[in-house]
Amino acid sequence: MTAQLRLETVAVRLDGQTIVSDISLELAAGEIGCLLGPSGCGKTTLLRAIAGFERPAAGEIHLRGHRVASPRTLLAPEQRRVGMVFQDLALFPHLSVGANIAFGMRGRSKKEIDERIGELLELVGLPELRDVHPHRLSGGQQQRIALARAMAPRPDLLLLDEPFSSQDTERREQLAREVGRILRQDGITALLVTHDQHEAFAMADHIGVMRDGRLLQWDSPYNLYHCPLSREVADFIGQGVLIQGRVLEEGRLETPLGVVAGDFSQPLPPGAAVDLLVRPDDIIHDDHSDNAGTVTEKVFRGEQYLYTLGLPNGTRVLCLAPSHHDHRIGERIGIRLDLDHLVIFPRKAADG
Amino acid sequence: MTAAALAPAPLPRPRVRPPSGWTLAAAAIALVIATPILTVLGFVLYPSTETWRHLADTVLADYIGNSLLLMLGVALGAGSIGITTAWLTSMYRFPGRRFFIWSLLLPLAMPAYIIAYTYTGMFEAAGPVQGWIREVFGLRYGDYWFPEIRSLGGAMAMFSLVLYPYVYLLARAAFLDQSVCALEASRTLGCGPWRSFFTVALPLARPAIVTGLSLALMETLADYGTVQYFGVSTFTTGIFRTWFGLGDSAAAAQLSGVLMTFVFALVLLERWSRRQARFHHATGRYRALPNIRLAPLTGWIAAIACFLPLFFGFLLPVGQLSAWALMTFDEMVNAGFYRLALNSFLLAGATALLALIPALVLGYGNRNHATPVLRFLTRLSGMGYAIPGTVIAIGVLIPFGALDNRIDAWMVGHFGFTTGLIFSGTVFILLFAYLVRFFTVSLNTVESGLGKIRPSMDDAARTMGHGGLEVLRRIHLPMMKGSLLTALIIVFVDVLKELPATLVLRPFNFNTLAVRAFELASDERLADSSTAAVAIVLVSIVPVVLLSRTIAQSRPGRRP
Repeated sequence: MTAQLRLETVAVRLDGQTIVSDISLELAAGEIGCLLGPSGCGKTTLLRAIAGFERPAAGEIHLRGHRVASPRTLLAPEQRRVGMVFQDLALFPHLSVGANIAFGMRGRSKKEIDERIGELLELVGLPELRDVHPHRLSGGQQQRIALARAMAPRPDLLLLDEPFSSQDTERREQLAREVGRILRQDGITALLVTHDQHEAFAMADHIGVMRDGRLLQWDSPYNLYHCPLSREVADFIGQGVLIQGRVLEEGRLETPLGVVAGDFSQPLPPGAAVDLLVRPDDIIHDDHSDNAGTVTEKVFRGEQYLYTLGLPNGTRVLCLAPSHHDHRIGERIGIRLDLDHLVIFPRKAADG
Repeated sequence: MTAAALAPAPLPRPRVRPPSGWTLAAAAIALVIATPILTVLGFVLYPSTETWRHLADTVLADYIGNSLLLMLGVALGAGSIGITTAWLTSMYRFPGRRFFIWSLLLPLAMPAYIIAYTYTGMFEAAGPVQGWIREVFGLRYGDYWFPEIRSLGGAMAMFSLVLYPYVYLLARAAFLDQSVCALEASRTLGCGPWRSFFTVALPLARPAIVTGLSLALMETLADYGTVQYFGVSTFTTGIFRTWFGLGDSAAAAQLSGVLMTFVFALVLLERWSRRQARFHHATGRYRALPNIRLAPLTGWIAAIACFLPLFFGFLLPVGQLSAWALMTFDEMVNAGFYRLALNSFLLAGATALLALIPALVLGYGNRNHATPVLRFLTRLSGMGYAIPGTVIAIGVLIPFGALDNRIDAWMVGHFGFTTGLIFSGTVFILLFAYLVRFFTVSLNTVESGLGKIRPSMDDAARTMGHGGLEVLRRIHLPMMKGSLLTALIIVFVDVLKELPATLVLRPFNFNTLAVRAFELASDERLADSSTAAVAIVLVSIVPVVLLSRTIAQSRPGRRP
């Protein structure tokens, strides 16, 4: 099957500076992808290259199997059938909501346009706003109208550039879930750009973690969290700390919290110094354990406490415990590691 | 065979990069418009002539002193009126507040030279007011003291009355922009309402007030009609005298250069305070000011405080002018008057339309492919508004006069006939001077219109299948319509009111409403001058009303 979107070793340079390089990824029809990374990592530039606003300096961009961009060829944005929701939404202030949505549907019959507008307004849950002008809409409503407008011509690919950044933090995840539902309902292939992993997890089938213009890992949300391929990904996704350890033999590791056994994420010889990724839910509070940590910080989360514990060797780890286990700061509590897949990275010589 | 080979091969398209010719054209336009300014600046470095040395020894100190005093007086007068009315209308509710909010802008429609001779007509010794005083108290001229209207003090009063709206406008916007939180915080920290005003509200609004004041002072420096009529020696009257009386163009240009340094100081002050204003916008969360209802007595005092500047700055002079105009209507409104009006309107309309073209070229040039050089040239070409008409007149006469003489000499040498002054002796030079002077307005309006069309809107339209021209037609044109119209109207009215450059540059036997009004007033035919003045004031009200409507629509705290 042909991928809806395929990037082959794409690089983009702006003003003589390489912004992104060596990006390869694929998105199948109907899937929702997400480029996740801190601001300045080049994710928006990449999105603009896919839309046709920037020319790749290297590599190729394919849409539905057609090459639309390479260093020598460039199909204009208006000919790509790629929709885009902009960070500032970019609703046209002089047009009503209906006219905004109709803007991209050229060459269709009036009836068809009318029906599509009605259908989309229904889908985004704002059927009564058809004749209203954008400045009368709330932020969330503008958001959904911008989405409907971009979806109206049934683009082959819909790009969303930080579409929720203007919203309150608490609302973003909810909006992301809602948008994900709307897109799937309409069968639209979409690529989202965000710096917020909750947004990414809430709607994406595939997430690419970007850092400094490179794509570190293009994978499912589950794999990114549980099988990060690099320290940067492990660091960026979810909470967790890296604790030092030493390989005893394949599948066994010595750590400050005792010996743990499980599958290695990569084969390393006995004696190798490694860092082991430990998530807060990997550390179980157990009064019978031989290992203990000193509570240095605690955050009440309702059903759980998130404890920060200091180990004897100075390492700090995070531990989630049911909230009826209420311990004071300074108290030593027993903990044990509960892991069967060991995400390890070889420690560089300089780290000791 | 790959899918790509089966598909219709996408056309290789060059990247949409507008021709660099655009940048070149924009730069050329900016340079041409900046020529007069650069000419005068060049003369500052010119070796001094005898006349200049003479001027420096005799009257220069006078010019500087009078100009500084005038500026000080206007700053105090326009500042106190503007700040008081702005504070009252933005903080309190009192009888007539909604009316005052827009009507306080009306004095902007009154050119200073017109209010000057209207007041002279009313308050001079032979005028109705002093006549009434003499009659009531049985006094004779010389028995009592009455302020002399045609004086430096009178000029300060006139300028304050018609220029305070600049301060009012910007101070009010700043007060409204302040969140009530800052004021309430000050109250909880133990400051009373008066102390809160002086320690919080006023300092927060200071950048805006300084901006308003510097605009008012630029107008003060630019004025020729008022100070000439009142016999106050300032730079503009000095430049006229040097140019026409002494016939020394170099010295006049050097005087213009000195005046320009004053103007540049004000421009820098304005720019700086605008930058400051950005930092003074502290709170993200906005809550409108509470609009405290004043008790009846204080409410009426506030209403009177707002009514006085409106009355003296607009209602009274308009009333007097109308009375005169009715008296002289049959005599003055004849074919000659219509010809004057036609001249004025044609000049104003032509300039307004003409100014749009370079404004659009520069506006798009900076929007689509800005370079630091282009931005600098654009700013330079947009300096005209700050520069007095007298100075601009000299700045265009010198280069075009030289060009005309060259052309004439060449034609005489090669073809044996003289062309005369084909640029500097015709309406062309007048149009060009207006363009230089008022280009700022067109440029700023076009740029602010373009600023509303965010680049993402272009991009959005293109992702929805629209090519470049269509984006212009369906997005830019409808969104720019209002701005373009505003630019047309403001430039139109500014040209209509313009006096000094027109006086210097108009072709022989060519008159406009403003020049005619000034000439008649200078001949002490005040009543006769009123028809032209009324026509100017009436048309000038249009942009003021537009301005007040824009303000009413753009409430802070409301998202566009």
